Amino acid sequence: MNDAAIVLRARDISRAFPGVQALSGVELTLRAGEVHALMGQNGAGKSTLIKILTGVYAPDAGSIELLGKPVTPQSPIHAQALGISAVHQESHLLPNLSVAENICAGRYPRRPWTRGGGIDWRETERRAAELLASLGINLDVWQLAGGLPAALQQLATVARAVSTDARALILDEPTSSLDADEVQALFTLIRRLRDKGVAILFVTHFLDQVYEICDRMTILRNGRFVGEYACARLDAHGLVAAMVGREVAAAVGKTAAAEHAVDNTSGAPVLAARNISRRGQLKPMDIELKTGEVLGLAGLLGSGRTELARLLFALDARDTGDIRIDGQPAKLDNPGDALRLGLGFCPEDRKHSGIVADLSVRENIALALQARMGLTKFLKLSEQRQIAEKLVAALGVKTASIETPIGQLSGGNQQKAIIARWLATHPRVLILDEPTRGIDVAAKQELMHEILELARGGTAVLFISAEIDEVVRVSDRIMVLRDRAKAGDLPRGADENAVYSLIAASHKA
Amino acid sequence: MKRLAQHTLFWPAITLALLLVASSLFNPSFLALTWRDGHLFGSVIDILNRAAPLIVVSLGMTLVIAVRGLDISVGAVVAIAAAVAALMIGGSFSATGEVRSDYPLWLALATALAVAAACGLWNGLLVVKAGMQPIVATLILMVAGRGIAQLLTGGQIITVYYAPFFSLGNGFLLGLPVALWLAASLWAALHFVMSRTALGLFVRSIGGNPEAARVAGVRSAAITLCVYTFCGLAAGVAGLIVSSNVKSADANNAGQLLELDAILAVTLGGTALTGGRFTLAGTVIGALIIQTLTSMIYSLGVPPEVNLVVKAALVFAVMLLQSAEFRQLVSRAARGSAT
Amino acid sequence: MNRKLLPLTVTIALFVAMAAFGAIRYDGFFSPQVFLNLLIDNAFLCIVAVGMTFVILSGGIDLSVGAVIALTTMISATLLDAGWNPYAAMALVLVLGAAFGALQGFLIQRFSLAPFLVTLAGMFLARGCCYLISTESIPIDDATYAAIAQARIPVGLGASLTIGGLIALAVVAVAMRIAHSSEFGRTVYALGGGESSARLMGLSVDSTKIGVYLLSGACAALGGIVMTFYMLSGYSLHAVGLELDAIAAVVIGGTLLAGGVGYVAGTLFGVLILGIIQTLIAFDGSLSSWWTKIVVGALLLLFCLLQRLFEGRTPKSAQGTA
Repeated sequence: MNDAAIVLRARDISRAFPGVQALSGVELTLRAGEVHALMGQNGAGKSTLIKILTGVYAPDAGSIELLGKPVTPQSPIHAQALGISAVHQESHLLPNLSVAENICAGRYPRRPWTRGGGIDWRETERRAAELLASLGINLDVWQLAGGLPAALQQLATVARAVSTDARALILDEPTSSLDADEVQALFTLIRRLRDKGVAILFVTHFLDQVYEICDRMTILRNGRFVGEYACARLDAHGLVAAMVGREVAAAVGKTAAAEHAVDNTSGAPVLAARNISRRGQLKPMDIELKTGEVLGLAGLLGSGRTELARLLFALDARDTGDIRIDGQPAKLDNPGDALRLGLGFCPEDRKHSGIVADLSVRENIALALQARMGLTKFLKLSEQRQIAEKLVAALGVKTASIETPIGQLSGGNQQKAIIARWLATHPRVLILDEPTRGIDVAAKQELMHEILELARGGTAVLFISAEIDEVVRVSDRIMVLRDRAKAGDLPRGADENAVYSLIAASHKA
Repeated sequence: MKRLAQHTLFWPAITLALLLVASSLFNPSFLALTWRDGHLFGSVIDILNRAAPLIVVSLGMTLVIAVRGLDISVGAVVAIAAAVAALMIGGSFSATGEVRSDYPLWLALATALAVAAACGLWNGLLVVKAGMQPIVATLILMVAGRGIAQLLTGGQIITVYYAPFFSLGNGFLLGLPVALWLAASLWAALHFVMSRTALGLFVRSIGGNPEAARVAGVRSAAITLCVYTFCGLAAGVAGLIVSSNVKSADANNAGQLLELDAILAVTLGGTALTGGRFTLAGTVIGALIIQTLTSMIYSLGVPPEVNLVVKAALVFAVMLLQSAEFRQLVSRAARGSAT
Repeated sequence: MNRKLLPLTVTIALFVAMAAFGAIRYDGFFSPQVFLNLLIDNAFLCIVAVGMTFVILSGGIDLSVGAVIALTTMISATLLDAGWNPYAAMALVLVLGAAFGALQGFLIQRFSLAPFLVTLAGMFLARGCCYLISTESIPIDDATYAAIAQARIPVGLGASLTIGGLIALAVVAVAMRIAHSSEFGRTVYALGGGESSARLMGLSVDSTKIGVYLLSGACAALGGIVMTFYMLSGYSLHAVGLELDAIAAVVIGGTLLAGGVGYVAGTLFGVLILGIIQTLIAFDGSLSSWWTKIVVGALLLLFCLLQRLFEGRTPKSAQGTA
């Protein structure tokens, strides 16, 4: 790799925000025809660096060079014009416009004045279709973007980013919502772009994806530059060590599983749902949870895991089925009912369904408990503080104080605070939907530990995660879903392959 | 001092104080209070009295705005409540020449309030059950409600002759206007509810993130319905005060532009239109600012037409001050640094 | 593309149904002139509603349009009284209306202020300026204006259109073209779809935001000019509450108040429906005119509920109050 192939070089980048030094002395070098991973825990500074590269923030110090020339991106549009495109975690398509419009927006082909002027829609259609075809994406370009599944929206977003002749393409957690097939489609696209000479920055927390697609990686820790390595030269173990800064137990979950060797599943199920379904979202299925048990729910994207969780917690109305608590039929028609029956639900999307950003950490933590107690039995301020402080300490939530607005915390700490909210209610059943998403390795381990503690204390836990190895490590039993129906149950000790087989079995049908 | 300046009530309070100072500069006897005819008398009392209906409506509006809603039908509800009360009281001259009301006063008032609350409930149902956007849902009642009020009164102005009714808008209790007592009690009641129950927390969480509040088990639907119903009820109270004050019910003009004044009062007081955090005290101050301004203009002998222009300027000023971008611009200019 | 046309289809169907109802029930209803009168009597509403359509499509709202119409009539009357050339006067008020709108748009965009509040204050300001000019009505007796007001353009079948009606149709046609075929128009729809997404895409969000309010102000001024043809006077109390009628027309025309979805053609039919309600009530003779308000309210309710059903199938993030 010689210097001539360097597309983007960021040197000695520093940036501070009130109260925190987000980046100091960070280096990043992107070379043409190379896929470069940006690694680091939450809070390491990855998103700040990306925002600086795309012009959202200006660095306090340091320089950026594009193809050897110094540049100062003023805004994402400016960065795009310079040749630095970014695709963020949530796709940013306009739901009310068609795919073709989304791709061509801002750059519509025009009819000449002699032919009437205005946008040339036929050409728009042609360009969009051609672009998608060249990327192997199969879509009707006139479909409204809002009607597409999240994965396809993501691919269309990448298509749009690519259409601006980017020299450097930044992909920020592009695979979070994609299933295995879609990830491969994305990787094919990335390889195609790489071969064309685009420098690609790939941000992800999936270690196996890093080793599959990336050539080099840059590691950040606490805002500082740890190092740049060739993927071939640093194995996963070393990578994690560099990110976390301490020796992580080779298999994070094994110790956890060993601790949980005690079989404390006994007696009648605390929660039993029979024939539960919702048209268009979940086919009829049964599920039951026993006291002190961790039931893992595994399946691919779109298999119905979140839908099942939402039905159990009565966030959505079920069309069929009944739910029994401790063997007795229960009225469970809204979250309030669920709360009173001792259920808790930690949603997948904490920004949208979890935190109330403007309220303090204390208020967020106290919310569910207060909701259960009702309007008139008011938790006094001192009680709220007590509960919040205890849980913040127990879960290791990093916050300046419990009065800080929760919106200011990092994603991982927000997640912990939401879990704290439910722990405050001492639930009998706790449903955790993707609790470890977007959380760094160390915090993940703490969380898994906490989950097992909960189970040991008698709480039944429904643990949903896309990371099947996590599910396998922590669960007593596993229920596998595919295509919104139950694929099967697996007992203790089942390994990932058993899960994969159950899921794979469908695709032959 | 800086900490004080960051308090939410700082700017509204300063604005009100400045207005009071300006008023007393123009009119030296502005702040004077005397005891006359068995009650307190003075410009300040006048302002408080006239502001009462606006305070009442604005308090209701505050909670609606806090849950990310809006109610632009309050003016129409004022007209409806006034019409119902006037119709039921009616007033027929008896043989001895004294006026009697068709229905007992308490029944007329209660019915008017019930109808007003029902209007609020209607709005709430459209928002919560039918999932309509608040501005649309309340737009419907705003348009149709005036028509309903006019239908009730037959397009005429109904004069009320029954004297006991007048005390609402014109009477005094312990030296202070009855209307003021009503407004103050409403405020006190709300304050009590906010501090002794979880309503404040629930309202703030519903306004801050409705979906998250729902997931956390907050009974968003029920609370939102209550908030809208209360807003309707508050508008009903204001309608009674207003019609009592003018001793009649005018379906065409009663409450005209009141919703706009109420929204202005709420935002002047520091509650954001985006919902979440709210301040009742701020709303009261906001309503007082509007009324003080109106009185000041009137007492200056300036034609009342100027009122609207001044209100406009005030709204712009407050909005700009509340805008982070504007404050940034000003502080950058003050520091003289170029970015 | 078909599903997007559903609300528009419903609106048109409703119009046809109401027209049919009127034709069956009342003699003389089904005459071409009666239908053209729908446009003639509501020409200024139509123009304003078209401007409002763009604002609402972008996710905003403009409450100042009624007041701007009134101010336009006042300024026109004053200028004509002072001896201005009528066409110069018209040009000036158009420019002023556009500038007023642009100023509101600038405040909304530059300082991230709520459109509802800014245009509310704008409404106060414009109405206040009207009162400052005069609280009385100012008659217009300029010959050109009178001539334009009386002009009738025959369109066949024994019916004729006024200049105002013609202007309204022209505005609708131009607006349809802008909405569908121009970058500006598509950016308006994009804004309604999601401002932050549109911004990240590099669309000229800022100038478009200001642009829609400029357009709305210009339409309000144009509507004011047409109103002066109609009323031949300047009066502060003209067009009180017109902004609500405009919003109702836009909603009944199938545009979502949250923005992003809707057609200008729909607004035209929305205006015609409002007009036909008035006409039906007038023909009936036994209903008092305030039934209009109740019927409009009921229609608004119906359409909003329909929109909810429609929205229920297409995912769209809620955007709270306008």
